[in-house]
Amino acid sequence: MRVTLNGEAHDLREGITVSDLLAELGLVQRRIAVELNRAILPREDYPQRALRDGDVVEIVHFIGGG
Amino acid sequence: MSEADIFELAGKPYRSRLIVGTGKYRDFSQTAAAIEKSGAEIVTVAVRRVNITDPGKENLLDFLDLSRITILPNTAGCYTASEAIRTARLARDAGIGALVKLEVIGDEKTLFPDVPATIEAARVLVEEGFLVLPYVNDDPVTCKRLEDIGCAAVMPLAAPIGSGLGIRNPYNIRIIVEQSRVPVIVDAGVGTASDVTQAMELGCDAVLLNTAIAGAKDPLLMAEAMRLGVEAGRKAFLAGRIPRKLYATASSPLDGVLQ
Repeated sequence: MRVTLNGEAHDLREGITVSDLLAELGLVQRRIAVELNRAILPREDYPQRALRDGDVVEIVHFIGGG
Repeated sequence: MSEADIFELAGKPYRSRLIVGTGKYRDFSQTAAAIEKSGAEIVTVAVRRVNITDPGKENLLDFLDLSRITILPNTAGCYTASEAIRTARLARDAGIGALVKLEVIGDEKTLFPDVPATIEAARVLVEEGFLVLPYVNDDPVTCKRLEDIGCAAVMPLAAPIGSGLGIRNPYNIRIIVEQSRVPVIVDAGVGTASDVTQAMELGCDAVLLNTAIAGAKDPLLMAEAMRLGVEAGRKAFLAGRIPRKLYATASSPLDGVLQ
């Protein structure tokens, strides 16, 4: 299954949820936000929402800026 | 001043009138040390994609005491209203509050704001409940429009971002201060402590800067200088300066001069 993650295509296993993905990336404790197909995905949906082929996911965090 | 002189922004009281950015530092510990020295209680951050292949172990926010510091996410790098709105929504969703430094850039070389797009984005974000702090030209009419839309403050630039040129149009800043009912925060372009002092002497409520500290040879020393510069300017403003006169007025009494 191909999913676009932060602009790049990644092969992910079928049925992986957003929570699973964040755990695998080590981002569970981080202050992040997730956009799925251009709409913000509410935090409470992370455990339920399984990614599907063709999904476009953006994961953002805060970095230094002025 | 001291106890009584509180800077209120979006309903929250602050003792410091210096807002600092977190970009361009050597590392996170230097960033944290500079914030500490500056006395700032509000710091800006940018919203960016996580590096998926290497998310990194450390994160900027881990180095900041969030019980004491208010995080002000920016929409830096956005060139359209819709990009800025999207960025602001993501920032709020990350759970650090509804404040946003709205920045819609209109020109790559000067980084001057796209004023119509800034106004358009401000309108949408205010409607959605954001506390919008727009980065804008030193133009009183635009500042008034943004205030009327419902922005929580207006943030006229002193000079182009990162230029260090200081306040290029103090008379416009003065007019903006006189007309505004929301806080006026000079944002961008200051170079050194006397620039922030001047902003405060003009009656601005606060100053926002990043490069002037991060880019100094000794950022921690400059952070302290900026804190003192803001304090000096604020006190001078409250004290009320003497009028400018063309000719001298003797400081020593003339009575009793030896004949």
